[in-house]
Amino acid sequence: MSVKHTLAPFSAWLQAFSKPFTLPDRHGYREGADRYRGWHINDTKTCIGCGSCAEICQNVAIDMVPVDDPVTGDSGLRPRVDYGRCCWCALCVDVCPSGSLGMSNEYIWVEADADAFRYIPGVDPKPWDSAEKGWRQEEGFDLVDHQRVPMPMLDPAERTRTWAEVVVGYSREEARREASRCVECGLCVAACPAHMHIPDYIAAIRDGDDIAALNIIYDNNAMPEMCGKVCTRRCEGVCSIGVQGEPLAIRWLKRYVTEQFDDLSDVVHAEVERVGEGKKIAIVGGGPSGVTVAYYLAIRGFDVTIYEALPQLGGATFFGIPKYRFPMPSLEKQVKLLTDSGVTIVTNHRVEKDEMRQLLRDHDAVFIGTGLMKPYGLRAPGEDLPGVMYALDMLRDHHIGKTIDVGKKVVVVGGGNVAIDASRVSLRLGAEVTIAYRRRKVDMPADEEEIEDAEAEGIKIVTQAIPLRVEQADGGRLDFIWGPAEMIQEEEGRRPRPKLIEGVENHMIVDRVIVAIGQGAEHSWMPEEIAEKIADKRGWITVDENGMTAYDGIFAGGDLVNSTADAISAIADGLRAVVGIQKYVGVLPASEDEGDEPVAIAT
Amino acid sequence: MTTETSELRRRVQLWFGPQHPGITGNMSVQAWLEGDTLTAGVTHVGYLHRGFEKLMERRRFIQSFPIVCRICVPEPDTNEYLLAAGLDELSGLAAEVPQRGRWIRTLVLEMSRLQMNLMTLGGHIGAMAMGAAPNWLIALRDLVLDRFEELTGGRIYHMFITYGGVRRDLPEGFAERMEANFRTIEEKLPLVDNVIFDSSVFRKRAIGVGVVPEEWVDEMSLSGPIVRAMGIPRDVRKDFPYEKYPELDFEVVTTTGSDIYARAWIRRQEIAQSMDLIRQIFRKMPEGPYCAKLPNMLTWTIPPGQTYVRAEATRGEMGYYVVTDGSDKIRRVHVRAPSYVHGVALLERMIPGTNIADLAPLMVSLQVCPPEMER
Repeated sequence: MSVKHTLAPFSAWLQAFSKPFTLPDRHGYREGADRYRGWHINDTKTCIGCGSCAEICQNVAIDMVPVDDPVTGDSGLRPRVDYGRCCWCALCVDVCPSGSLGMSNEYIWVEADADAFRYIPGVDPKPWDSAEKGWRQEEGFDLVDHQRVPMPMLDPAERTRTWAEVVVGYSREEARREASRCVECGLCVAACPAHMHIPDYIAAIRDGDDIAALNIIYDNNAMPEMCGKVCTRRCEGVCSIGVQGEPLAIRWLKRYVTEQFDDLSDVVHAEVERVGEGKKIAIVGGGPSGVTVAYYLAIRGFDVTIYEALPQLGGATFFGIPKYRFPMPSLEKQVKLLTDSGVTIVTNHRVEKDEMRQLLRDHDAVFIGTGLMKPYGLRAPGEDLPGVMYALDMLRDHHIGKTIDVGKKVVVVGGGNVAIDASRVSLRLGAEVTIAYRRRKVDMPADEEEIEDAEAEGIKIVTQAIPLRVEQADGGRLDFIWGPAEMIQEEEGRRPRPKLIEGVENHMIVDRVIVAIGQGAEHSWMPEEIAEKIADKRGWITVDENGMTAYDGIFAGGDLVNSTADAISAIADGLRAVVGIQKYVGVLPASEDEGDEPVAIAT
Repeated sequence: MTTETSELRRRVQLWFGPQHPGITGNMSVQAWLEGDTLTAGVTHVGYLHRGFEKLMERRRFIQSFPIVCRICVPEPDTNEYLLAAGLDELSGLAAEVPQRGRWIRTLVLEMSRLQMNLMTLGGHIGAMAMGAAPNWLIALRDLVLDRFEELTGGRIYHMFITYGGVRRDLPEGFAERMEANFRTIEEKLPLVDNVIFDSSVFRKRAIGVGVVPEEWVDEMSLSGPIVRAMGIPRDVRKDFPYEKYPELDFEVVTTTGSDIYARAWIRRQEIAQSMDLIRQIFRKMPEGPYCAKLPNMLTWTIPPGQTYVRAEATRGEMGYYVVTDGSDKIRRVHVRAPSYVHGVALLERMIPGTNIADLAPLMVSLQVCPPEMER
């Protein structure tokens, strides 16, 4: 044992004279690091209650609980964290699709009541609610996929020369990749008027089971290929992935599934009881609501007949929506399933007054889904001139095969989807097209994607343009005269109103003026005693929670009933009437409380 | 007096742990004594058993990630790295891990090694009931934990190395603060050397005590400081290089003696080595993304496959055998933990003939980490 090794340990005493390198004040408080994973914070205003945090939590420390003032479009739930389970891994923060969840850099929390350690961040006030520091989401690390699988589309220059579908459709691999982005929060189910089982069929697509996906879709949508192509897709508007990234392509995924099968009768197997044997139902109007009622009653054994004035079922989706968006074979495929299910279809047959009375006598119930067929006028001088036409008439004539002459230059008045459709059809008929709309582009009711596509194809959009009059010009042409408008905010919270700037007149020499500013109901076919009872002055029909009108035994749905005027709302109306009719004819208990639960139709 | 009672009086049975302060964690050794010499010992584990391997079979891949750090509490990052490396390989994500992500992984692994060695070195002398150096070393370790807190958001469970890279980039000024900590550590380490390696007490109790024979190395698949203390330059970082180790300049530390002193010496050298490696990493690390673009972690599936990945933990070779079956969960994970070999098989074999006072220092020098024996 050397002297060195005996003495060396005593050098420890040297430390008594050196400055401390640990915290000088042992009772002092040291703030957590900038990204410390401390107690949770949540911005409940931006939180959408999707529950992805609860889904990813491996400790089941988070459950979603109802809170008082939810924001429209979210689930009304907020995460509650149980710190008896939480391991502070912060996966909940990193996955949060809305980016509302975070963690404070707070270390310490003393509380006598053990139950206090389970609270709803952002709702139950805590001292660290406004903490600036702590773990937050950071760019460059995402646990969800924000990028949509791009949809192959025809080149704009190529589109205008053909009637081929603009959207090409996903391949199997693309669809599975897109489907795997879903976090299965189900916000879309609540947003869909028909409450389709969206996360379920997306999961089936992801797992490669297209047949299961199709059957889940057919559970409460009898025209899915139509919806897959042209739906207004409120689901995508609320998609949680869409808050920070691109929403799931829910519409394209539905389209993908329906496109995989040429004959739906082979793969769609509704397993329902045939409770309606011997009951007869008549449906006036073969649009989406009528088709829905027909299909779901037919598979239940009802004897269903559809009367349609046009040569094909589909209603506005047949005569209104152009074939480059929704081709005929797609429609025919869905109609075939209807026929295979036992529905009698009578086309080119307009029901008149006496026949309607007869239908009521011969059938257990009648469903009316005749839609809005009377276009609104331009309400400007010169609207009777030859060459001024209505978009609805023009689209219908085009789709039933009549030849339409739109000339070389066309102005379309309006800003809705019908206006866009009329423009793009005119473009394909060889015209140069301008859209004139009263308000700003952001106010246009048309689908944003449709507007973009139209512009890409070379359609010009003139906004804040109020039609003043139409005059005859040289060479059989028309002079469309319009005045500019300024936007006036009259009431807080409502969209601004256009106001004409007096004294300015702009001229546009065109061959055709196509009017697409909306349409109303038309009940001239209906017996007066029925029309008086069920329709108001403007032609709207009011129905009860079972879809029945004020006239016993007459049910209604579609654009006649709801003001949203989209196909999926019409389908939802149809689903409501399916339940209502079954209750009415006595095959479902009338008192059964459906509540707010999504109506599961086929299973 | 019967023979049986005389036998009982001659041999005392002693439970060492699980609450003994000299033990390395929640495990116990059932030991038999004759005088103050141990004649036999049986290890008992299970106090920490949470069934990590099984838990992972019931969780999505991303949900398994916060679990693995618990397999070795003081050095969690090796586990995080191995799970990430295994699944990166099986999913094909490995090709997409950005360079900066790989450098930060290497940085975290070395920081982890540094703080673990600081703590174990303190344990070496603490197990001999000397208090000054362990206190200093724990304080020095805390400086590294401060940097961990700043980088990963947590001091002990970092949950930082994950699939496709790491979870966050380095904070602003991280390297400078780390360098300041290193200067403190380098200033204090000579003092630590004085009270450990130059202390007659430590030398007397460590030199020639707890010698592991070289024949046992391959027989028992020993690894880590235990074999390096025999002069065998065995280190996964060199032998099967991973992440950015091939681009770093370092030599495997070896010494001879194979006793407690030699193993403590290896750890002391590796503290210096880790600081040198971290300085190299800061110099060589490029800018860029730190994590690959991940698929949706809630629905991520990995094609069927199996792999064995390994890394050098402070205790020796750590390995993960990972099997996937095409679903969104791991089919099977087997953790090859060095403590299982060193803390159960080797320890039981070394106990006969050991003085009772040397049991705690021996366990520290074998660096027994109980949670990794009972995954």
